[in-house]
Amino acid sequence: MKQLSTKVTSNGHGQDSSYFLGWEEYEKNPYDEIKNPNGMIQMGLAENQLCFDLIESWLAKNPDAASLKRKGQSIFKELALFQDYHGMPEFKKAMAEFMEEIRGNRVTFDPKKIVLAAGSTSANETLMFCLAEPGDAFLLPTPYYPGFDRDLKWRTGAEIVPIHCSSSNGFQITESALQQAYQQAHKLGLKVKGVLVTNPSNPLGTALTRRELNLLVDFITSKNIHLISDEIYSGTMFGFEQFISVMDVLKDKKLENTEVSKRVHVVYSLSKDLGLPGFRVGAIYSNDDMIVSAATKMSSFGLVSSQTQYLLSALLSDKKFTSQYLEENQKRLKSRQKRLVSGLESAGITCLRSNAGLFCWVDMRHLLDTNTFEAELDLWKKIVYNVKLNISPGSSCHCTEPGWFRVCFANMSEDTLDLALKRLKTFVESTDCGRMISRSSHERLKSLRKKTVSNWVFRVSWSDRVPDER
Amino acid sequence: MGSLIKSGGVSGAILSRIATNDQHGENSEYFDGWKAYDKDPFHLSRNPHGIIQMGLAENQLCLDLIKDWIKENPKASVCTPEGVYQFSDIANFQDYHGLNEFRQAIANFMGKARGGRVTFDPERIVMSGGATGANETIMFCLADPGDVFLVPSPYYAAFDRDLRWRTGVEIVPVHCSSSNNFKLTVEAVEWAYKKAVQSNKNVKGLLFTNPSNPLGTILDKDTLKNLVRFVTRNNIHLVVDEIYAATVFAGENFASVAEVVKDLDSSEVNVDLIHIVYSLSKDMGLPGFRVGIVYSYNDSVVSCARKMSSFGLVSSQTQFMLASMLSDDSFVDNFLMESSKRLGIRHGVFTLGLKKADINCLISTAGLFVWMDLRHLLRVRNSFESEIELWHIIIDKVKLNVSPGSSFQCTEPGWFRVCFANMDDDTLHVALRRIQDFVSKNSNKTAEKASDNDQLIQSNNAKKQKWKQSNLRLSFRRLYEDGLSSPGIMSPHSPLLRT
Repeated sequence: MKQLSTKVTSNGHGQDSSYFLGWEEYEKNPYDEIKNPNGMIQMGLAENQLCFDLIESWLAKNPDAASLKRKGQSIFKELALFQDYHGMPEFKKAMAEFMEEIRGNRVTFDPKKIVLAAGSTSANETLMFCLAEPGDAFLLPTPYYPGFDRDLKWRTGAEIVPIHCSSSNGFQITESALQQAYQQAHKLGLKVKGVLVTNPSNPLGTALTRRELNLLVDFITSKNIHLISDEIYSGTMFGFEQFISVMDVLKDKKLENTEVSKRVHVVYSLSKDLGLPGFRVGAIYSNDDMIVSAATKMSSFGLVSSQTQYLLSALLSDKKFTSQYLEENQKRLKSRQKRLVSGLESAGITCLRSNAGLFCWVDMRHLLDTNTFEAELDLWKKIVYNVKLNISPGSSCHCTEPGWFRVCFANMSEDTLDLALKRLKTFVESTDCGRMISRSSHERLKSLRKKTVSNWVFRVSWSDRVPDER
Repeated sequence: MGSLIKSGGVSGAILSRIATNDQHGENSEYFDGWKAYDKDPFHLSRNPHGIIQMGLAENQLCLDLIKDWIKENPKASVCTPEGVYQFSDIANFQDYHGLNEFRQAIANFMGKARGGRVTFDPERIVMSGGATGANETIMFCLADPGDVFLVPSPYYAAFDRDLRWRTGVEIVPVHCSSSNNFKLTVEAVEWAYKKAVQSNKNVKGLLFTNPSNPLGTILDKDTLKNLVRFVTRNNIHLVVDEIYAATVFAGENFASVAEVVKDLDSSEVNVDLIHIVYSLSKDMGLPGFRVGIVYSYNDSVVSCARKMSSFGLVSSQTQFMLASMLSDDSFVDNFLMESSKRLGIRHGVFTLGLKKADINCLISTAGLFVWMDLRHLLRVRNSFESEIELWHIIIDKVKLNVSPGSSFQCTEPGWFRVCFANMDDDTLHVALRRIQDFVSKNSNKTAEKASDNDQLIQSNNAKKQKWKQSNLRLSFRRLYEDGLSSPGIMSPHSPLLRT
């Protein structure tokens, strides 16, 4: 009789992927400006470290929240004992209002429909437990966050079937890709329970367009399935455009309070927008009472620490703080993204034009020896071990085209970013030099043309987005 | 039908079985006690005739010590001026290994809570979302859907949810009886094991809480040793939930399974089979902070549980604070000593008061509750129906919310778990007075009482219809001490309620 469960012995946790291996390499040799200037720079971690100072100064001005007091009186005992899985009412109210603010107050969130979870990791898994039987499938556009393999499938037994997106249209979701994925699931004998998207996208750094959102809502309506919109990066939108949530689309299509709206669920977290991944604050928002009820009970397995709920309810209820924070956060992210993009450009590297997120989706196809994933992995190893940058290869995100990499920009200082870019430029120049010598001039021209064409394609595909400077 | 097929069928939209079944155990009639309490919660001055909550196994006796420590150690909070310099590092920290200092501190505390008789390796400490999360995680690691774990009864009501709901694991109870004071014996486990195997069940292990919930008793070291030998012989796992380890207030020292692992020869114990679940919710009275621990001697289990801990990590803000608090040796030593003393006094006062009402409890030396024997008050001996009737009387007339034994899968009617550490001294005395009054009225006016009971029974008939039709093996799952299901259960003192 085998001793441990299949979950232990299988690879379902997904941590043998290069995404995580890169982190391990970083742990062995982490960069430090003074102590280890030749160490590996972490660019594979989508953290937002740009605005801690804003929170710290808020703490200095709000000693009550900081020291578990209310109106000068200690409420330590109540917090120590508070384990109600419905969560703290003020906290959920503050979360709801924060989510509304991020969406320009165009839609409302009812605090009673919020279920707290230990991070969006837990929120996503919980939703899977509520919506899918083992063997049921969810459709996800590729490329997608590598952690989904663990969060959505590992302990739930659910399956992921990819919706293939390609660079030919800036990786946007198309109707034919949706239908193909749906049919592929059927071919595999899997029942499709829904679609899950991250909006804004990880790893693309782009917000879904209204067209795509309409497409998704129409699709789940016709197939009578669910739509989960993981909006964890909703507060990192820095483009000219406003963030359009799936909730906006439901409202605009006048689908609020319909059967369809009960099948649309939003996942949120404070890990990216506020840069607080350590505090483990996630949330599920659903219009379906049964899901709210079941998920609430399941949240017992991962409640948010009461001291954290209390602190953050005070923080998020301070509207002056939240509006200043959101504005400043976006400004800093935008400026940081620009820095990365122009640094990459000077190394002859382009990115998918992004308007959100803590990373860029970088096109290094021209640096591949061959148009294969083996070549991508080779390039990745060179970048990790020789250039000493931990970036995430597209294959770890299930991208169907080799040569794309996710590069994070908000988890380090400006100086570190500049150093990383310098290292990369040096590496590329050495490679190009090598290439220039060995390649025929014909191939050189071909590769230059390819770059120009893809830039043109990007510009065209962005026509339904408001033009923005890069 | 054609359009259904085209649209993917009705089944696309429906929720999972897990979301729609009752296996979370919260749809039980035993909600009555909680609902009653919610509608009419006791408050010493504002609602002195309200219902006193004695169904919640909380430890409120030493929170003042913790509160004082926090006040005196502002650096332990990342939010205070003294500690905010650490804010960004801690807020950013989501490594599922947990803060090193946190694991060290927990290992330190666990060792001290066991009198220093055993030490714990910080590398084996894995975080989880409370013991609730820890128990579920260990099941995911050890068992596949359909596998069985043996659990001695009476057992913590929420195990039905924690061990089974999302994991698909089955519980087979090992029934313990009052004939030997509900002591768990190897023979009983062996018998249950053989029986399960004979019915073609795939038994993966044995799980129990020690000190016991709801009994408050600790397992003697010899029996524990023999159980370790038993699981080793049969190559099944042993999970010991030691969440009440530091609530021992009298009698013999608590023997942790860690001690047994240390004492036994390697030929007698296969350490890959031994796992401990722990939490700070009871020993320290901090259920709100969600600190659960999985501790395994099996490297694969540690590795897997650690990856799974992503689903329920301890907030880094909390890790940081506790790392500081629990490495303060003088605080910990004093806390453990004081906690034990206060629990002992509280237990003594309560059981003495019960004795005055001719009510006996199972002799216990740990826990936050007593296992109260009310068999003599049952209208009909040995009847679960009578237990429920009596329970309703206790809620409605005596105005105490206590937990009936059937909710813990106890096979003998008439036992009740009554918590004593979740209230102040005054409230405890009110509760005792009410019990004493009730019992004395009961013995003086037996005839009147009988007719009162009848009236009460008749008036409760509508509710009970449903109950009578259901299985006598009552599956009350709701009365577990996390105090959650009923909307917004909070202490009436809570300023959080004032908004």
